[in-house]
Parts: sequence; structure tokens; C-alpha cells
Amino acid sequence: MKDSVKPFVVLVGLLVLWHTLVMAFDMPSYILPGPLAVANSMVDNASLLWEHTLVTLSEMLLGLLLGVLLGIILALVLVYFTALRPWLLPPLLITQAIPVFALAPILMLWFGYGLTSKVVMTILVIFFPVATCCYDGLRHTHQGWLDMAQTMGGNRLAILRHIRWPAALPALASGLRVAVVVAPIGAVVGEWVGSSAGLGYLMLQANARLWTDQMFAALTVLAFCSVTLYYTTDRVLRRLIPWQPETSQE
Amino acid sequence: MFDVIIRRASLRFGNHCVFTDLNLTLKGGQWTCLLGGSGVGKTSLLRLIAALPAGETTGEVVCQDGFSVHHRIAWMAQQDLLLPWFSVLDNITLGQRLRRNLTDVFTRRPLLSAEVQEQAMSILEKVGLSAKADVLPQHLSGGQRQRVALARTLMENRPLVLMDEPFGALDAITRLNLQDLACELLQNRTVLLITHDPLEALRLGHEVYHLRGHPARLTDAITPPGKTPRTLDNNGLMALQGKLLDRLRHESFDEQSGEP
Ligand SMILES: Nc1ncnc2c1ncn2[C@@H]1O[C@H](COP(=O)(O)OP(=O)(O)O)[C@@H](O)[C@H]1O
Ligand SMILES: [Mg+2]
Repeated sequence: MKDSVKPFVVLVGLLVLWHTLVMAFDMPSYILPGPLAVANSMVDNASLLWEHTLVTLSEMLLGLLLGVLLGIILALVLVYFTALRPWLLPPLLITQAIPVFALAPILMLWFGYGLTSKVVMTILVIFFPVATCCYDGLRHTHQGWLDMAQTMGGNRLAILRHIRWPAALPALASGLRVAVVVAPIGAVVGEWVGSSAGLGYLMLQANARLWTDQMFAALTVLAFCSVTLYYTTDRVLRRLIPWQPETSQE
Repeated sequence: MFDVIIRRASLRFGNHCVFTDLNLTLKGGQWTCLLGGSGVGKTSLLRLIAALPAGETTGEVVCQDGFSVHHRIAWMAQQDLLLPWFSVLDNITLGQRLRRNLTDVFTRRPLLSAEVQEQAMSILEKVGLSAKADVLPQHLSGGQRQRVALARTLMENRPLVLMDEPFGALDAITRLNLQDLACELLQNRTVLLITHDPLEALRLGHEVYHLRGHPARLTDAITPPGKTPRTLDNNGLMALQGKLLDRLRHESFDEQSGEP
């Protein structure tokens, strides 16, 4: 079976399992609606879902973009300004030690109920994995390459651009994969704490009214977006880093 | 061509003294080969000459003409050190890339001038890889990769070439071929070749030294007769190889019995 088909097979399997569960235990639809009911709700609320999906997606993508940038800049600063390292590390760790759930209300207070606070939440959950992976990658450049570059009389910027940066890309890619997976957490948690739009908001509203099918519809769309985002990122990264070492050939 | 003189070189890692007071002259335009068992300090000596970080070092490395060796060295290490994200052509012109500074970038000076490009292609032709210019290193064999590394060294066009067991990982036939190629292409350069293979040293070296002991010292130079690369049907050469092999074996025996 082709690798690209396998996720869909898993998906269909899960749907069938879900359907049989609902049928077998005769679940009331406000506890667990069946896949067909959810699909129905998706069709009925298509335009509503679309509208809110766009909001959540833009929060996620904007947060991802800025968070990745911030992470990379931090990694470069940590590598090239060693004196700053002991000053930077504690505050960075504090931002990660406090759960985003606890920070969310404060961020709402500071950045309002709109897009900004969700983007900030997303940045908060993703910049750290990106920064640590990128930092690790930059630090572990093969010493032989650096020695050679030194005997060639290379300048620091060129060495970063042609050797250290590309050498760090596989590590950065792992950071990006993690970032893409956790980005929805930032956005949706932000929407739960306070918002007037987005899939998280829609889920809260539907939940309050026991429109469980609509809630599941929103959840399904969110899951679809996350999974698509992951696979797209993975494909793009593989294409961009063809020399990435793959030790296990399955 | 100028001699390179290494005076009173010493190197230690903490309490472990690798060598002290080592003197060595690399004759200009000739190949000096350095033999020695593993861990005796060959790589460290090479790093010291190239001013690469290696323990606590003292001593000086000067050229006969009074200038420092800085920026006169091409470095060829044990591994080929090809960058996997660059094609063969980009790999051999790495030096040009790395020396490009910000003003070059802003004034949009071309990365590789036509002249450099031409030179690179002619060198690739000399090492027999002109067909592989646009190939990524991962698609090359070990021997081909080492030939690219040799081409990169030639591209640097430096008077002093330091080589650290560059052919150590290759099979016997490929190794002989590469020795011949390197000998031909690096003629009239001052070369310091480190190897643990006596035959390689005897085929290529105008002078062959042996680094041995703790702390390591250099033995007197052997000057094998005849033009390099010396052929294998030379009886004198084979006898010398036997002698050197014996000495290397004896040395590791000494080491083992010398341990407290
Ligand atoms: N970074 C290091 N730290 C401590 N000891 C080192 C280091 N590098 C080399 N040495 C020691 O220096 C000695 C010489 O090493 P090296 O020059 O690599 O030997 P060779 O190239 O002859 O095999 C070895 O005994 C090794 O243990
Ligand atoms: Mg060595």
C-alpha cells in the first residue's frame, strides 16, 4: 500500500469504529452524535464553519510564522552571543514553566479579545521548541567543516549561511513539526478564554446549547486543519532538505 | 618554493604531554610524509601547523620567506568533508563562497566569476569528474568523493597542503590510483602527508619521518630514491616498507609493555 494512502485508511477505520460504537451502545446524540449526524451538521453549517475556520487558521498561521521567526532569532542570539545566554535562559524557561491556560486571561487583558491575543498565545507555545531545536542544530555543526572553513579564511556570516545554517536545518525541521502540531492549542485555548470568533468559540457556544453535533463538526474541521498542516509541512520540509539523514529504511 | 619550518613545537592536553620541542622542516615544493601509530599525535601536529584549536600549544611555524603560514594552507582531512547540500561544483568552490564578504554581496559581485568557473571545471576534468559537476555528494562513491575533496584542495591553490590520512578509508586499488593522481596534481607544492601506511609514505614522500613514543619524537628522515610516485616493482622500496612495518609493529609492542 502506498504511504500516502495509509492515513486515509486509518481515518475510514476510525469513522467506522465511531459509527459502530454509537449504534452498539445506542448513544444519545447530545452525548456522542454519530459520524453521519456530524456530517449533516457540517453541511448545514458550512458557511458558519468556514467563517470561523478562517479566523482560527489565520491565528494559527500568523502565530506559526512569528513564533518560528522568534524561535530562530533566539537560537541565533544564543549561539552567537554566548554572553547573553545566562541572562536569556531563565526568562525563557519561565514562559514555558507557566501553563498557557494560566497566562491566557492576562494576555486577554493586555491584548484584547481579538486576533492579537490568540497570535501571542500561539507564539508562546511554539517559539520554544523551535528555538531549542534550532539552537541544538546550530551548536552541533560537524567540527571538521568548521576547521576547513577556518583554513579557507571564511568570514563568520558566510560560514553561518553556507555551513552552520544548512547543517542545522534537519534539527530545525523537527522543531517545526512539533510547532505545527501544538500551534492549534495556543489558538483554541485563546478562543476559549475570550473571543467572539473562531472554531474554539464556536465549540464553546455549541457546547453551552448542547448542540453536540455542531461541536463535533467544529472539532472535525479543526482536526482536519491540524492534520493537513502537519502533512503539508512534513512534505515541504522533506523537499527542502533532501540530504536529511534517514538512518532507518523502515 | 619556500620551506616551512616548525620550531620547538609542543602540545599538551592537561597533564598529558603529546610532544615537546619538536622541530621539523618541510622542504619547499616537496612531499614530506609522516608515519606513526594511532594516537601518537599526528593529527594534533597538523592542527598545530594550521593554527586550528588543539590543546595547549607552544612553538612557532614560519615560512622561510619570513611570512606566516596563515592563509597559505589548504587542508585535506581524513573525511572528505563534502557538504551534502552542495553539488560537486559548489563544494569545490566553497572557499570562494566563504570568503565573499558583505560588500561583495551588496555590490552583487557574481558568486563565481567566469574565470573561477572555468578553473573549477578544468580541475574537475583533471580528477575525472567533469560529468558529475551538478551531482550531490550522496550520489558519489567513496573514491569519487575523495577526488572531489582533492579538487577542492586544488581550487584553494595554496602553496602548503596539509593532508591527514586522506586515502585511509579507501580500498587498495582506489587508494593507489588516488595516490598517483594526488602526486601528479600536487607536484611542486609543499605537502605534509600524514599516513599510517608505510607503502603510501614511501611511494609519495621525498622525505619520510616517523613520529613515535611518549612524548612523541621524530626519527631521522628516510629519503627513498627515485621519482614519485614510486612504482611497486621496486625491490628497495619493498625492503624499506618491511623495515618500517617492523618498526611500527615494534612501537605498538613497546607501548603495550611500557604501560604501567
Ligand atoms: N581534544 C582532546 N582532548 C584530550 N586529548 C586529546 C584531544 N585530542 C587528542 N588528544 C590526545 O592527543 C593524542 C594525539 O591525538 P591525535 O593527534 O589525534 O593522534 P593521531 O592523529 O596520531 O592518531 C592522543 O593520545 C589523544 O588522546
Ligand atoms: Mg589522526
